[in-house]
Amino acid sequence: MEKQEGRDPAAARIDDPWYDALASGWGELDGEPASATVPAQQRADGGERLSPAEIYLEVHRSAAFQEVRRRYRRFVVPATAAFFAWYLAYVITAVSAPGLMSRPVAGAVNVAMVAGLAQFLSTFLLTWAYARHARLRRDRAALELRWVVFEQNQQNQNGRTAPPGPGVNGSRPARGDQHARRPEPGRGARRNDGQGTTRGAHR
Amino acid sequence: MIVGGDHQTLALLLFSAFVAATLAITTWVSRNRHGSAEEFYTGGRLFSPLENGFAIAGDYMSAASFLGISGLIALFGYDGMLYSVGFLVAWLVVLFLVAELVRNCGKFTLADVVAARMSERPVRIAAGTSSVTVSVLYLVAQMVGAGSLVALLLGGTSDAARNWTVIGVGALMVVYVSLGGMRATTWIQIVKAVLLMAGTITLTVLVLLRFHGNIDALLDSAADHSGHGREFLAPGLKYGGDWTARFDFISLGLALVLGTAGLPHILSRFYTVPTARAARRSVVWSIGLIGGFYLMTIVLGFGAAALVGSAEVKASNPAGNTAVALLAYDLGGGAGSTGGTVLFAVVAAVAFATILAVVAGITLASSASVAHDLYASLRRRHAKQRSEVAVARVASVGIGAVAIGLGLLARDLNVAFLVGLAFAVAASANLPVLLYSLFWGNFTTRGAVWSVYGGLVPALFLVLVSPVVSGSPESLFPGVDFQFFPLQNPGLVSIPLGFLAGWLGTVTSREVPDEVGYAEAEVRALTGAGAV
Repeated sequence: MEKQEGRDPAAARIDDPWYDALASGWGELDGEPASATVPAQQRADGGERLSPAEIYLEVHRSAAFQEVRRRYRRFVVPATAAFFAWYLAYVITAVSAPGLMSRPVAGAVNVAMVAGLAQFLSTFLLTWAYARHARLRRDRAALELRWVVFEQNQQNQNGRTAPPGPGVNGSRPARGDQHARRPEPGRGARRNDGQGTTRGAHR
Repeated sequence: MIVGGDHQTLALLLFSAFVAATLAITTWVSRNRHGSAEEFYTGGRLFSPLENGFAIAGDYMSAASFLGISGLIALFGYDGMLYSVGFLVAWLVVLFLVAELVRNCGKFTLADVVAARMSERPVRIAAGTSSVTVSVLYLVAQMVGAGSLVALLLGGTSDAARNWTVIGVGALMVVYVSLGGMRATTWIQIVKAVLLMAGTITLTVLVLLRFHGNIDALLDSAADHSGHGREFLAPGLKYGGDWTARFDFISLGLALVLGTAGLPHILSRFYTVPTARAARRSVVWSIGLIGGFYLMTIVLGFGAAALVGSAEVKASNPAGNTAVALLAYDLGGGAGSTGGTVLFAVVAAVAFATILAVVAGITLASSASVAHDLYASLRRRHAKQRSEVAVARVASVGIGAVAIGLGLLARDLNVAFLVGLAFAVAASANLPVLLYSLFWGNFTTRGAVWSVYGGLVPALFLVLVSPVVSGSPESLFPGVDFQFFPLQNPGLVSIPLGFLAGWLGTVTSREVPDEVGYAEAEVRALTGAGAV
């Protein structure tokens, strides 16, 4: 995995609240991490500046992002359809076929009990499967893309002469520099109170 | 109801200890705080997934679950269990489709996510209105629950005791929220979740010990003492009658599973952690806690049927709300014993803590909607600018007053019905607009506005013309009859209507879909780029 220049990964990770530990250890190799190289990166390195909207558009078109999105949808769409159908089938059977549901299985336990507990079990299993899938197949690539957007914005900001730079929407504003963070037009709060947050000041 | 001086005194003592502890937390966490919006609404976004997981569980597991579901199981057996399943499965919708994306796209409220690539003002007003409506319905349910709970558990059935309980709960929640903001609310919810889990685990272990760990014996005994025999263990006792009752249950099931992801106080919890990954991990924690909790309520419900008996539960409270308290009394050693007194008082105190924590969470979320969405959009252009947090604090006082007033008026309404209604409105008005704006590139402003009102208005209207309000002896106004919608829960009709209205509004609007905006929204949602 290549690193973007101008960033010391070790330093960035200490006391950085945006960073939380990536997956490590077992199972790491079962997902080929998507490369986070985005055309915008090279172009901007060559001196050309992109507006924030263009950066997002470039990232959106990149193969890395398309891969993250494909992986997310490939898991979530079938899994949602499956658990929703299974839950609806359970509710409808419970109210329309009580005879089937009351058939004994073992001792006092009947089909209805087994089906209800199976709902609990399937919920726990799907939760585990989703968390594992996201951790191993998406998180790393998503974080890389987040860096790409952030560093593009940083470059734009540093390259401009008139401070504070317009369109500052980097994902990682420097701490203590909250005033520079402005909501883009039409997004987020109507007005920024101008009060710094206490992020990092406590605990 | 068992009325004795000892457990009342002890329960009151535990209540007071909890109230004192929560007020101490509020004072402690709000020291040295600047009143920034970030701080007030999200607690600085620095809670850990574990903390937030407990807080979500504390926000979600209401007294209606703790007392209501076990009571329903004690009375109707298996049909009560259907509730626990719906309340848990709903979390898969939250985990898969909502938690991470909302964390990445939004700032403080639901409207932040929706308004990102729309014309801001109408969308904010719509989403803010529906969020406040859902919150107030849910809040009234909890206030009514608090009043009847304290009256039931402490034997003080006088009207004055009930009214003062409602007023006291309302005043406390306003204090927590307006002074402590999200940070105090979160810690109160964590403390409550720990207390609730500890209480539930203790009772469950005692029930299982009584039956020597033999589930079969527990179920057999429950069936024997229920007066229904084997039918008690299968569906049909409550929802098995005519087809209206069955459709009513399907409607409720749909509302439960789709409503959770549209509850404003649940959505606002995802903003209290630093990243989407942390939001996901907090949902995983909360699914573990909530799933474990609902499994235990099933044991408690059947345990109450087996050890106390359905007839006795019903004699104490027709809705079954006292089943767990009676069970605790029995498990501790029965009438007059110290163990019974202590366990009973603990159950009462835990239920009270539960209500306080839940109402604080809802009040905070709805005051955020009022200040951040409604006030910010409706404020006159030249009016004096006020700090949003100051508005939110005032809003929490106003919402507290409204909730106290409605709680006093609606005190004879069924709590479970009010909760089901809040879920139905959330599923009809909030979920469609949220899913469309996250997953549909062509979604437009008109679609967003139509989808909110197209779910909200039918849901409220159908309740108005349902047997709940008029036309039957149990309804709110038994004297008049303008009922023509047969179901008590509107979800089966209003949820599809919300989705349909959003689609219709989008395809009929001439607004050109903002493709660049959607590309940006997708990148933000899935990678966390530009997230606050």
